[in-house]
Amino acid sequence: MNVDWATFWPRIFEATGETLYMVSATLFFGSIFGIFLGLLLYVSRENNILENKWLFHILNFLINLIRPIPFIIFLVAISPLTRAVIGTTIGTTAAIFPMTIVATFSIARIVENNLVSIDPGVIEAAQAMGASPIRIIFTVLIPEALGPLVLGLTFMTISLIDFSAVAGTVGGGGLGHVAMTYGYQRFDTSVMIVTVVILIVMVQLAQWMGNTLSKKIMRK
Amino acid sequence: MIEFKNVSKTFTIGKRKVHAVQNVSLKIQRGEIFGIIGFSGAGKSTLLRLVNALEKPTEGSVIVQGTDISKLSAKELRKQRSNIGMIFQNFNLFNSRNVFANVAYPLRLAGYNKAQIKERVEELLQFVGLSDKAKDYPDQLSGGQKQRVGIARALASSPEILICDEATSALDPETTQDILKLLKKVNRDLGITILLITHEMDVIQSICDKVAVMENGRVIESGEVFEIFTNPRHPTTQRFIQSVQQDLPSASVLKEWSETDGGKLYQVIFKGDVTGEPVLSTVTKKYNVHFNIIYGSVQELQEKLFGNLIISFIGDEKNKEKTIQELQTLVDIKEVR
Repeated sequence: MNVDWATFWPRIFEATGETLYMVSATLFFGSIFGIFLGLLLYVSRENNILENKWLFHILNFLINLIRPIPFIIFLVAISPLTRAVIGTTIGTTAAIFPMTIVATFSIARIVENNLVSIDPGVIEAAQAMGASPIRIIFTVLIPEALGPLVLGLTFMTISLIDFSAVAGTVGGGGLGHVAMTYGYQRFDTSVMIVTVVILIVMVQLAQWMGNTLSKKIMRK
Repeated sequence: MIEFKNVSKTFTIGKRKVHAVQNVSLKIQRGEIFGIIGFSGAGKSTLLRLVNALEKPTEGSVIVQGTDISKLSAKELRKQRSNIGMIFQNFNLFNSRNVFANVAYPLRLAGYNKAQIKERVEELLQFVGLSDKAKDYPDQLSGGQKQRVGIARALASSPEILICDEATSALDPETTQDILKLLKKVNRDLGITILLITHEMDVIQSICDKVAVMENGRVIESGEVFEIFTNPRHPTTQRFIQSVQQDLPSASVLKEWSETDGGKLYQVIFKGDVTGEPVLSTVTKKYNVHFNIIYGSVQELQEKLFGNLIISFIGDEKNKEKTIQELQTLVDIKEVR
């Protein structure tokens, strides 16, 4: 089967743009909500600065509820909610909604794990100096955990590239959609190869940027 | 300055209750260096954390500068905490901030402006001898330097009280002495009251005015360091003191002595002024008795001399008895068994 190169490249270009849009928008919203939830989860832990058993257990339960569901099933399962919120279940913007939910809970766990590794003595020192809990969150917890946090978010970004491809196969657009419709259903190997190469380059680039940034933060 | 009134602290771990502090009453006066010594698990760390309400007492009250610290609101407590500097065994510096920013942290909390912060931080770094390290990060510093940063940070908000949680326990002996000298300087030059906890008797010996010995959550003995050192009553206190000064020769030496010579040995303790007088030679000369020092030391404690000698007397039995009787009126003397 011959490839129509005149329409091939613009299509790939557009799809790459859609993938980048889905990943970056999801990363943006997912980070905001995820960092917030992760901080809440951490500070509400037992013996922590804003200990709250109920809050902790509810958040912990929610995170453990969402995270094990395979993304493709989650995507389909919450499509009524997606339709209610976004108005449609087709297209890139519609894909961002379920992706953001999954990203939020994953990032919350990543954030919590990074915060747990902070030496409690440092928090105690800030308390002893008279810092309020909110102040401790912004001037101790976040700066102290920032280096590993960036690596965690990099890991998340790469998962999101994966998720975006999955979302693409069920009407989300982007490279996943192109690979599926042209590469898989029409047996066009060259399209498949090009999309895979682009995805690999994206992942490599994301990892490189994450590594560089976290190294800079951790001064190593 | 700081007063513990019948303070108890009980932790509930699962179903088990741990009585970390039990009915402790202590007074720390303004300007003192007060040391609390105990083996690990004695409750001293919990007791220290009651002072700035990092822990709240289960019973009793902790009065700091006239106010009951557990009755303060969250906001009042934060204000009070800025008046109590704290340093730690593991320094607890902010690794994401350089030395300057670490020391500046409490000043930012207190709302100082940029110029004031710069001036104050430079002054503090000069005081602790780290002016050239302002831009270094904690992981680039040695243990002693980290603790100096800790001290500068604790002093930044000009507190009247400094509490030290095993501040030298992670340091080598030489660095320990440097940090102790710095703490002494903090006390003398800035008039800051220091409450420290330690498991090392030489820390108490080096800088403390008063000491309390803790065991199983209770204070078993407390008083002036000189008094406790020269007259320890509780066996645990004696063990701590023996860790820095061995007042008797080892059991094998004593055994050998009794087997070869058979003469009685006496422990003579000189305190304060009497160390300056030739007590032993005056009395023994009077009764025509000779003495033989087989073991001993004279050391300085809180700028007073303290001597501990193990001696045997040689001469007529009756005269020896009279010698010992007269010595008893001048110094502490007892037979070594």
